[in-house]
Amino acid sequence: MDKKSQIHEGDPNTTGHEWDGIQEFDNPMPRWWLWTLYATIIWGIGYVIAYPAWPGISSATAGMLGWSTRADVANDIAAADAANATINARLAGVELTAISSDPELSGYATSAGAAVFKTFCAQCHGSGAAGAKGYPNLLDNDWLWGGDIEAIHTTIAHGIRNEEDADARYSEMPAFGEILEKDEISAVTNYVISLSGEPDDASQVEAGQTVFADNCASCHGDAGLGDRDQGAPNLADAIWLYGGDHETVLQTVTYSRFGVMPGWSTRLSEAEIRAVSAYVHQLGGGE
Amino acid sequence: MADNQPDAPNSLFAAREPVFPKKVYGPFRNLKWVIMAVTLGIYYLTPWIRWDRGPNLPDQAVLVDLAGRRFFFFWIEIWPHEFYFIAGLLVMAGLGLFLFTSALGRVWCGYACPQTVWTDLFILVERWIEGDRNARLRLHRQKKWDFRKFRLRVIKWITWLFIAMATGGAWVFYFADAPSLLIDLFTLNAHPVAYTTVAILTATTFLFGGIAREQICIYACPWPRIQAAMMDEETLVVGYREWRGEPRKNSDAVKSGEPQGDCIDCMACVNVCPVGIDIRDGQQMECITCALCIDACDDIMAKIGKPRGLIDYMALTDEENERAGKDPKPILKHVLRPRTILYTALWSLVGFGLLFALFIRSDIEMTVAPVRNPTFVTMSDGTIRNTYEVRLLNKHGEDRPFRLTVSGDPSIRLLVEGQSRVTVNAPADTTLNQRVYLQARPGSDPALAERTAVRIWVEDIKSGDRAYKDTVFNGKGN
Repeated sequence: MDKKSQIHEGDPNTTGHEWDGIQEFDNPMPRWWLWTLYATIIWGIGYVIAYPAWPGISSATAGMLGWSTRADVANDIAAADAANATINARLAGVELTAISSDPELSGYATSAGAAVFKTFCAQCHGSGAAGAKGYPNLLDNDWLWGGDIEAIHTTIAHGIRNEEDADARYSEMPAFGEILEKDEISAVTNYVISLSGEPDDASQVEAGQTVFADNCASCHGDAGLGDRDQGAPNLADAIWLYGGDHETVLQTVTYSRFGVMPGWSTRLSEAEIRAVSAYVHQLGGGE
Repeated sequence: MADNQPDAPNSLFAAREPVFPKKVYGPFRNLKWVIMAVTLGIYYLTPWIRWDRGPNLPDQAVLVDLAGRRFFFFWIEIWPHEFYFIAGLLVMAGLGLFLFTSALGRVWCGYACPQTVWTDLFILVERWIEGDRNARLRLHRQKKWDFRKFRLRVIKWITWLFIAMATGGAWVFYFADAPSLLIDLFTLNAHPVAYTTVAILTATTFLFGGIAREQICIYACPWPRIQAAMMDEETLVVGYREWRGEPRKNSDAVKSGEPQGDCIDCMACVNVCPVGIDIRDGQQMECITCALCIDACDDIMAKIGKPRGLIDYMALTDEENERAGKDPKPILKHVLRPRTILYTALWSLVGFGLLFALFIRSDIEMTVAPVRNPTFVTMSDGTIRNTYEVRLLNKHGEDRPFRLTVSGDPSIRLLVEGQSRVTVNAPADTTLNQRVYLQARPGSDPALAERTAVRIWVEDIKSGDRAYKDTVFNGKGN
């Protein structure tokens, strides 16, 4: 094998390293590469001066430009608010019932209302507005306090059984466990269930009807159709807020229910409340 | 090239040798002129072809509507969800290149590639202004920038710039109404994106066609490297019949008394080459098989009374045959072989598939997405309601009414926004998002069942076209 060195006259020096006969030239860095390196160093110095860079104990150096991501977000939010200011003002000023007939306004209100709903309402009413036990389903056509947009708006703005707002919707069903005998409660339970379905014990229905007429009809009506002025549920329809089986209805009659909803006028703007009212109104059950 | 000796100093850099292709006449050159005229004609003129597109869109036959994310090609309209047509066309383009490369080598590079076509055009302009090869060489070597050199160069650059701007300008016309955009461009009313695009494409056209030229093909383009994998010994490429031409005139062998071959070493083939190689050195990476050297050599052969084809399209197998004294294979036998037949079959398969898809696609496009949060809603009278998001595409340039109906179970009826009015109006050229309810009577089978198969129908009231989508209705058993 020819062990003759491959290094020629005029070649650069080697680094002195050698592995298996392979030597390394001590070539200088390519000039473009070096200049790129210097440029990045200069850039880096400038960046450290201009932008937040060095971490401290509780914060980092602020940088000469005073730039921060938080300020960027605040600016973006302010810009979005400013961009929506006109239509928000229109939304807050217009007749509630006129929103749905204005395509631009209703389109905006529905989209904005959906965002408000997902942020503030979905926790109880569900992201699809289907509700849960004790939290009304907003998709159906059964409303405790009214389902036109004005009633919905009042409910959202002031809340239900909200002690902090004098305009809140308020009603309280007595706990009949302290008023009626056990067999009367059982009878009225069977009667109430019979209004929309099959009772546990059909023989008690007749007795229950008398108990109902004496104790319940003043709020729920003679036929059990409810009264929206008092938030008294319709007992003759297919929808139950807490459940329609014998056990649950018995519990409701004995101990009563006291669902509350906060008022949002203290936390949301009028335009936001109107937007979410319009959103709920168009979900499928609005009147 | 000269320094392959092991003892030579190793430099990895070689400065570009400028190329000054000489004018040439012949069938291949004529073919290239025709292809250039046709391809450039298509590129520059297509945006100006008019086509009725209704009131909301420019009346343009070929239009990329970026804002509406749609593509219009004469009577064909591609919406975003039909992007597979574009993907299919790209597959066809790929297979087409495979086919042509395996049959005819770098024929795309030599004849149809925009880089080649525009470089050819720029060289043509250069020749008109500065003269043919020798004049251009003299001008290049002339160190002093006298008035004549200055004048010629400036006129050439301005003409190039004009062509480059027309090229960049033509591109943006595909994305908007060409006549009004042209006016906007000149009155400075066009969108900044249009100006940026024109500026970038002007710069690249000028640089690639005027300055960089064959360097793009040699150093920048990956396609020639890939093409090598598709060529075989039957592929037709431009070659030199060394066994017929050598030893060439003035070579050492001829001087020492050997009989001279057909090559008279006139350098005609080298002088016309747009990439600056000598085809007589054999197949080379740089060769784009433009065949101009064939024209040049055939011309010389005719003048000295020798048969044409000293430089010619040939395959590797021809060389063996001809050296052995046999006749070359006919062109058709080179081209028709399992590989090219397979590529043709695949290409046709995709093409027919696309055509088929194009003809069977419905004019009405509808999607139905059941809302699953919640799966169903009980209404106060016990009715079970399901909600569906229906998307209707109105591909017509006018507002159209559509009728929605449901089939599958007689106890299910369809409502739109709480009303049994089932006619919706879709505005022109838009997608209408419509919430639709299906309601089952209380106690009916679908109301109690876990799920029932239903079919939602849409009818274009104006044209009578119908389409449907199958979906499910969730009942209480769900």
